[in-house]
Amino acid sequence: MGRYVIRRLIQAIPVLLGATLLIFAVVFALPGDPIAALAGEKRGNPVVVALLREQYHLNDPLIVQYGYYISGVFQGNLGRTYANVEVSQIIAAKFQVTVNLAITALVLEAIFGVGLGLWAALRRGKATDSMILASTLILVSVPTLVTGFVLQLLLGVQLRRWTGGVEIFPIAGVSDGWISYVVPGFVLAGTSIAYLTRLTRTSLVENLRADYVRTAVAKGMPRRRVVGRHALRNALIPLITFLGADLGTLMGGAVITESIFNIPGIGQELFRSVHERQQPVVVGIVTILVLVYILANLVVDLLYAVLDPRIRYE
Amino acid sequence: MKSAKTTATDVLPAEGGLGNDALLEVDDLHVEFVTRAGLVKAVNGVSYSLRPGESLAVLGESGSGKSVTAQAIMGILDMPPARIPQGSIKFRGTDLLKLSEDARAQIRGQRIAMIFQDALSALNPVFSVGWQISEMFRVHRGMSKRDAMKKAVELMERVRIPAARQRVNDYPHQFSGGMRQRIMIAMSIALDPEVLIADEPTTALDVTVQAQIMELLAELQRESNMGLILITHDLGVVADVADKIAVMYAGRIVENAPVRDIYKNPGHPYTKGLLESIPRVDQKGQELYAIKGLPPNLLDMPSGCAFHPRCPYRQDNCVTDVPPLNEINLDRNSACHYWREVLDGSHG
Ligand SMILES: Nc1ncnc2c1ncn2[C@@H]1O[C@H](COP(=O)(O)OP(=O)(O)OP(=O)(O)O)[C@@H](O)[C@H]1O
Ligand code: SF4
Ligand SMILES: [Mg+2]
Repeated sequence: MGRYVIRRLIQAIPVLLGATLLIFAVVFALPGDPIAALAGEKRGNPVVVALLREQYHLNDPLIVQYGYYISGVFQGNLGRTYANVEVSQIIAAKFQVTVNLAITALVLEAIFGVGLGLWAALRRGKATDSMILASTLILVSVPTLVTGFVLQLLLGVQLRRWTGGVEIFPIAGVSDGWISYVVPGFVLAGTSIAYLTRLTRTSLVENLRADYVRTAVAKGMPRRRVVGRHALRNALIPLITFLGADLGTLMGGAVITESIFNIPGIGQELFRSVHERQQPVVVGIVTILVLVYILANLVVDLLYAVLDPRIRYE
Repeated sequence: MKSAKTTATDVLPAEGGLGNDALLEVDDLHVEFVTRAGLVKAVNGVSYSLRPGESLAVLGESGSGKSVTAQAIMGILDMPPARIPQGSIKFRGTDLLKLSEDARAQIRGQRIAMIFQDALSALNPVFSVGWQISEMFRVHRGMSKRDAMKKAVELMERVRIPAARQRVNDYPHQFSGGMRQRIMIAMSIALDPEVLIADEPTTALDVTVQAQIMELLAELQRESNMGLILITHDLGVVADVADKIAVMYAGRIVENAPVRDIYKNPGHPYTKGLLESIPRVDQKGQELYAIKGLPPNLLDMPSGCAFHPRCPYRQDNCVTDVPPLNEINLDRNSACHYWREVLDGSHG
C-alpha cells in the first residue's frame, strides 16, 4: 500500500508538469505587458521597467521562465507577484475560504444526492421516483448563475420579509461563519447533486437486482438488512468515487459561485488576477487546483481498495 | 374472522413431526409473469412432494420452470411481475402461500434453504465468507459476533474447506469455484433446514469438482435427514443421489417416478428423449436420439399436449386434448395419452 502511494505520487509528477506548462503558456500568451499594466496609465521609468523585466525573467524564452517557476514550485515556492508579494501569501487565506465552500458543497451533495437517489430507488416506478428524476433534470439544465440569483432573491429578500428582517441564510460574504457557506454551497453543488442522485438511484437499483441480494433474501434476512447492508454496501462504491473526484471539480467550479455571492476565495482571486495580468498568481492558483485534483483522485483510489476487497494495490 | 393472511406467531408449521409424513407438498402450482410481451405462463400446474430424508431430482430443459417453481417455494419471486393465480405449497401441512410475509421470512433460510447455481455472483463480494455464514447465527439466533464466527468455522470445516480457520476472513473471489459452492452449502445448512433446494449447484463447475459437490450434498443429507430438491438438466449426475425424479416440460410435470424405474423404462416420450441423449459408452457410434425442435414459446403454448410438435408418438388427439397426469402405478405418473406404448419401448 505504501509503495503504491509513492508510485502514484511519482506518476503524478508528469501530470503536474504538463498541466502547469500548459497553463503557463496560455497565461503568458495573453496580450499586454504586465509591467506596463503595473504602472497604470502612465509610462513607467524605462530603467525600472528594464530592471523588473530582468527580475521576473520576462526577457527569457517561455520555457526558461517555466523552468524557473517549476523549480520554485518543487521547493514549495509559488513565486512573487509583480508587486513583489509572495503568491503563496495571497492564496493561503483565500484557499481556506474556497476549501470551506467546497467542503460545504460536498457535504450538501452527499446528503441530498445520496438521500434523494436512495429514496427514488426504493420507490422506483412510483410518483416519488418520477418527481425526483424530473427535478434532477431541471437542476442540470438551469445554469448556476440562475440558481444563484434565484436563491439570493428568495432567501435574501423574500424570506427576510417573512421573518421580519431576520436573516436565516446569509447570501453574501463569509462573515457569519459556516452558515454563510450554506446557500453558496448549495448553488455550487447543484448539478453535482443532480448527477449524484441519478448515479445513486441507478447503482442501488442495479444492486437490488444482483444475485447476492436474492441470496440474502433466501437467507431470510429482513428487508431492511437486505437493502441497508447487502445492497447499499455495494451500491456505495461508485458513489464514494464520484464524490471524491468531485471535490476537485467543486473547487475549480467555485469561480462563478464566488462572484455571485461575493465570497473571497481563490475563484474570485483567479478572476481578478486574469483581469490584472497577474500571471504568477493565475499560475499559482491553477497549480494548487491541479494538486488538489491529483490528491483527491489518489484518495479515491485508496478508498476504492478499502471499500471493495476485490481491488488490491501492491 | 381474521384476514386471510396469518401472522408469524399463530400457525408456523410444527417442527419435526412424525417421520414419513410429507414434508413439502406442491400442488397444482401456477406461476405467471406479467411482461410487456404478454403473460408468460412459466409454471402451469406443477405438483410434487418430498418426505424427510428423501431426495427429489427435478429435471427438464432450460426454461421449463424448474427455478421458478423453486423460487415460489422459497417465496423469493418478485411479485409483481410474478403472480401465483392457483395452487398450494404445503410445508408440514401449512400452506406457505397463505402465510404473511413475516411468517414466511421465519421459514426462509432457517427451515427451507436454497443453493444457487453461480456461487460467485450469489455471494456478496464485499463481505468475508465468515461474515456471510455467521450472519445466519447473528440475525436468526441472536449470537454474538465471536460465537457466530466460531460456528462459521465449524461449518466451513464440515463442508471440508481446507484451513477453514485461516480462511474464514477471506472474500468470495479468493476461493476456487468448488470452494465457493461449498461456502454456499455451508451457509444454507447453517441452521439445519428441513428442506434444501439446490438449483443446478454444479453447472458452473469442472466435472471432477461436480462429483465432489454432489457427494458432499448426499452426505450432508444423510447426516441430517433433510429433504433435498435437486434441480438439474443433467440426467447423468442424478442417478447416484436422487430417490425419485420429476421431469418438467413447459411448466408442467410430465413424468415422476422412482429413479430406477425411469432409467430402466421411461414412461413419457420427453423423458425417453432426455435419457437417450446422454452419450453412453456401450452405444458408441450409434446416432443419439436428440429431441427435435425447440422448447415451446411460453407466451403462445401449443394446444393439447405441449410436447406434441416434437413428439414421435403423437396421435391426432394429442393436438386437442391435454393429457392428465396418469397414474402408471402407486408412485409413478406420466402426462402422456400413450404412456403404455412408450413403456413398451416401441417408438417410431
Ligand atoms: N422475472 C421474470 N419475468 C418474465 N419471465 C420470467 C421471469 N423469470 C422467469 N421467467 C420465465 O419463466 C420461464 C421458466 O424459467 P426458469 O428459470 O424456471 O427455467 P429453468 O427451468 O430453471 O431453466 P434453466 O435450466 O435455464 O435454469 C422462462 O421461460 C423464463 O423466461
Ligand atoms: S400426449 Fe401425445 S404428444 Fe404428448 S407426449 Fe404423449 S404421445 Fe406425445
Ligand atoms: Mg433455472
